[in-house]
Amino acid sequence: MKYKLPLLIAFCAGILMILSEFIPRRPFSQLSGTLESWFLIIAGFAIVLGQLSLLKLNIMKVFSKSENWQYHLAAIISFAVMFLFGILFGMQRQAGLLGHGEMLSNLIGSKPFDYIFINLYQHLMAAMFSLLAFFIASAAYRAFIARSLESTLLLSVSVLVMLGNTSIGAAMTNSLPAYLHLPNISAFIMDFPNTAGQRAIIIGAGLGVIGSSLRLILGIERSWLGGK
Amino acid sequence: MSKKNISQHSASNEGKQISKIDRRWIFLFILLGVSIPLLIPFGFEIEVTPNVKMVYDLVNSAHPGDRILLSFDYDPASKPEIQPAAEAMIQHAIDKDLKIVAIALWPMGVSLMNEIYEKKSDNLNYGVNFINLGYTAGGMVAIQSMGRNFIDVFPRDANGDDVRNFDIMRDVRNFNDFSFVASFSSGTPGMREWIMVAGDSYGLPVTGSTTAVSTPGFLPYINEQRQLIGLIGGLKAAAEYEKLVGIPGTATAGMDAQSIAHLIIIIFIIIGNVAWYLNKHKSKKEA
Repeated sequence: MKYKLPLLIAFCAGILMILSEFIPRRPFSQLSGTLESWFLIIAGFAIVLGQLSLLKLNIMKVFSKSENWQYHLAAIISFAVMFLFGILFGMQRQAGLLGHGEMLSNLIGSKPFDYIFINLYQHLMAAMFSLLAFFIASAAYRAFIARSLESTLLLSVSVLVMLGNTSIGAAMTNSLPAYLHLPNISAFIMDFPNTAGQRAIIIGAGLGVIGSSLRLILGIERSWLGGK
Repeated sequence: MSKKNISQHSASNEGKQISKIDRRWIFLFILLGVSIPLLIPFGFEIEVTPNVKMVYDLVNSAHPGDRILLSFDYDPASKPEIQPAAEAMIQHAIDKDLKIVAIALWPMGVSLMNEIYEKKSDNLNYGVNFINLGYTAGGMVAIQSMGRNFIDVFPRDANGDDVRNFDIMRDVRNFNDFSFVASFSSGTPGMREWIMVAGDSYGLPVTGSTTAVSTPGFLPYINEQRQLIGLIGGLKAAAEYEKLVGIPGTATAGMDAQSIAHLIIIIFIIIGNVAWYLNKHKSKKEA
């Protein structure tokens, strides 16, 4: 029963959603609408569950003094600080349990939650993403070597696209005929060979999704039940 | 030593030769290449590409008073690339006197959207030509629900007020009450979900902006079926949109830095190839 009931629910919900796409009439349209609303409610709870799970995992790592436990402690402290500021003083125009925290807001210029989000979190995230530029430069220097026909092709295409995506590339080839203009060459590579490859990937992924959805609905794939 | 081992040994030697340049030199050049143009802009010319022009034309084709849906589906990591496009499109919508309904499929999109609102608040009248409906969980299913009944998904705005009290939300039932949706997207849920559900199932025109690295994955959707109407892909495209709107912003400022950084990467690739070729030549001679 522990496995059969969830499998039966998944089967009925899956079949109902498929039928509602092909028969957009009552009761199917109404039932699928109700299921969607249920999903949105469950998705809301899933966020809370995810936060609790994250907290539990980090607390366990700190208590067991596992490798780099200090980072997990930093995660817990960050979580607690943002949570408390959010709950106590709210964010943006929403009030918290203690109102808007005018005194603190006047002191730092905005609500504590917003202040940390704008002045700390945003910059840290942007800096992390920006670091990619440095690593890509170093990796490109080592990896883009014309060792074979395939790697030469990859190298040439990447250089053309890179240059075509900059203002310098356009400026360098401004005086050349349109078919030699770097942004046009880059656009051709992106619109034709790239799009052809991407379409193949999208179609493959789409078929994969259909296959795995059918496996779930028919109860062949059962890993989501927590079993083997 | 077998032939395969010899070739592997030689390739690894070549690899070692190539990696002789300390990577910190590369980092230093990139740092200078990015920071100098930001401090002293060169003002390279920006050419407008067809995909960006399509987005601009779509916004331009909306009539004054039309309602548009903007979905903020990104977080601060992608802010430098996507936020300039969002700002430029909102400015364009203000110039065209359109009504902006802003939502977020990513929790942190709400704060980023609010930042733009604070900047442009002089031209935006909350509840009349702009509303922030906040974040909703559920991704693709949430979009599906919006298509059936928009108010069911967003009964209240980000401040907790009933949306039916605002002029901008009066008469909103579903996607038929919007001219188009623009998704500012850096992952899932994002533009792909909007295309699949709002575009393909409900026929709402979809456009938007994404990071440069995600752009190739969205190009197949710009097709004769008009699954995606144009695309602002990365910082360069955002700079192009700023040029079309006529208000240079952070994307235009960043383009010089990006151009120089790309050029430095290409120079290092050339150096790497020349070094590899010379080493190969040398090892052949020694053999």
